[in-house]
Amino acid sequence: MEEDIDTRKINNSFLRDHSYATEADIISTVEFNHTGELLATGDKGGRVVIFQREQESKNQVHRRGEYNVYSTFQSHEPEFDYLKSLEIEEKINKIRWLPQQNAAYFLLSTNDKTVKLWKVSERDKRPEGYNLKDEEGRLRDPVTITTLRVPVLRPMDLMVEATPRRVFANAHTYHINSISVNSDYETYMSADDLRINLWNFEITNQSFSILSLGPVPNGNLEVRSRLVRGVGEIETKGIITTAILSLCSVEQDAGRGTRHSSGLMGCGAGIHVDQEHCAGACEVQYSGRGGCAKFILVFFCPTVFEEPEDPSNRSFFSEIISSISDVKFSHSGRYIMTRDYLTVKVWDLNMENRPIETYQVHDYLRSKLCSLYENDCIFDKFECVWNGSDSVIMTGSYNNFFRMFDRNTKRDVTLEASRENSKPRAILKPRKVCVGGKRRKDEISVDSLDFSKKILHTAWHPSENIIAVAATNNLYIFQDKVN
Amino acid sequence: MLSKGLKRKREEVEKEALAVDTWWLDPGHTAVAQAPPAVASSSLFDLSVLKLHHSLRQSEPDLRHLVLVVNTLRRIQASMAPAAALPPVPSPPAAAGVADSLLASSDAAFSASMSSLLEDLSHIEGLSQAPQPLVDEGPPGRPNGGVPPGLGALDLLGPATGCLLDDGLEGLFEDIDTSMYDSELWAPASEVLKPGPVDGPDKEEAPELDEAELDYLMDVLVGTQALERPPGPGR
Repeated sequence: MEEDIDTRKINNSFLRDHSYATEADIISTVEFNHTGELLATGDKGGRVVIFQREQESKNQVHRRGEYNVYSTFQSHEPEFDYLKSLEIEEKINKIRWLPQQNAAYFLLSTNDKTVKLWKVSERDKRPEGYNLKDEEGRLRDPVTITTLRVPVLRPMDLMVEATPRRVFANAHTYHINSISVNSDYETYMSADDLRINLWNFEITNQSFSILSLGPVPNGNLEVRSRLVRGVGEIETKGIITTAILSLCSVEQDAGRGTRHSSGLMGCGAGIHVDQEHCAGACEVQYSGRGGCAKFILVFFCPTVFEEPEDPSNRSFFSEIISSISDVKFSHSGRYIMTRDYLTVKVWDLNMENRPIETYQVHDYLRSKLCSLYENDCIFDKFECVWNGSDSVIMTGSYNNFFRMFDRNTKRDVTLEASRENSKPRAILKPRKVCVGGKRRKDEISVDSLDFSKKILHTAWHPSENIIAVAATNNLYIFQDKVN
Repeated sequence: MLSKGLKRKREEVEKEALAVDTWWLDPGHTAVAQAPPAVASSSLFDLSVLKLHHSLRQSEPDLRHLVLVVNTLRRIQASMAPAAALPPVPSPPAAAGVADSLLASSDAAFSASMSSLLEDLSHIEGLSQAPQPLVDEGPPGRPNGGVPPGLGALDLLGPATGCLLDDGLEGLFEDIDTSMYDSELWAPASEVLKPGPVDGPDKEEAPELDEAELDYLMDVLVGTQALERPPGPGR
């Protein structure tokens, strides 16, 4: 049954549901919550927009629940760091939802420097009949109060309000590029280029540095990690030499994977290292309020573990294009997916030495690397996502194209997120890039690709075939066809 | 065989150098095939240096971008250097060997020293075959990021060039028409020299080095040539 759905999906039965244009602000992150009921987007202007899925109505079965704007708030403002004399961008780099524990929703949003915990709650009643205040909220003159009354709650129009509950600041020297909530829901991690910090939600004035990369005198970079309660150095298996420093993504297993028992959390950090050395796994013990938890930090070094590089493919840009831009655990917890510039790779956690699957996203760019280096496109950080059953993976490309790969059937499809090329409710047509020679009618040649239209951020509903695709300042939501 | 008082004409030296290259080379050596790419990557080199400087100028550099550019720059430089001298590349220990072989005064040895000298020069000058002012286009200097820059070449050079200051060598060098060393960039495997003086407008977009770095570069150059020459261009 599931197989049918997947095949159908790969046959591009996605239709365009909605597109929302935010005013000239580029969307910088997209994230479904754990049930898929809510979809949050962050943009360059520091705003968070949350969409909520409509309850399905029995009358209109052919219209699945659509996503409508639920709440909009300004999460981060531009700041000025007076010490360094530089402006801190308000762009939202990442949003992560916390699982729902009561009627309110909680999410973490972060810019380059500061993580904030937001509470989004509904209010549909309000108290009326205060003694000391009148209906407009102005204080009443006590002299005029002659009787006491009990305020009553009266219904009002639904109002959704977002309030900042915690601000976690001043813990990162470099730009925060990812956050990840622990399965204990008491702690979370934030990562910048050189450091991973562990926070407790209740404590905002300190965080624990569980991993920091730093230069050592001989010019190499060594991986170090510190125990929470002291400055202990944990032996790691190797040294990172000419490395890319950025911890591009920090992910945590939700704890459902079979190899993790409660209290054990796996964290995958995508670190690119050169071919000679790699960092292995190291354990960090953390004693927190909820007891002890062990982290297993696993470093993936694709250039070490991969099949030896084909010498004819080797170029000056080999290192740049193998730099990991995103890493995601599968829902099952058994696999990790990494995205580098040209490919998506799936790794089995039980077998770390090579990827079990490699998918070419846009290999036709391999001959264009020089120009892409020139215009800095080669540094673009694309994200990748799993579908709910881990059978399909999706990632973005240029020209508003995005790609889906079915891991079971090995089929793939290229789709486009643009208003010109898709009408609402129309099924998306698969696109094809023509590599050379004769170009067929519907194909687009590599040289005609628009590199300013890049799809970096996408999200997949946790259980259904609904995807959200951010194309610059437009958000597209696609659902698969209902029979 | 080198005899004193005999000046070599420029063309002869070039031929010598070219012949040296061939002599050093295995027929199947890939370095030969790489000659064209080495030329092509000079613009890539320039581009990378520009990117590096641009990245460094940010008050908060994007670390990933910076490190990637630096590493790419290293690769490009590594690929360009062999065009001048081929493996095994003279390293500080080998420099002593070079000095020894010079004293042995055989053609092959002299060629070897020539190659190593030229290679040293090209390291200093951040070999680029486009006409660029030496002082501007040198190694990217010392970035203020925490990351060690890719070019420890300058540091490596210290001991090596120091060896060339031996008295025994000065005499040898005096006889040679070294006007070629004055000009900016010299890639012996390729065509001839670049014109000496450089245009102002070309420099505009080139990154600038600190005064201190400029001085250091000039010192090394002057020291290498072991000659009293008027200050080089750009000073």
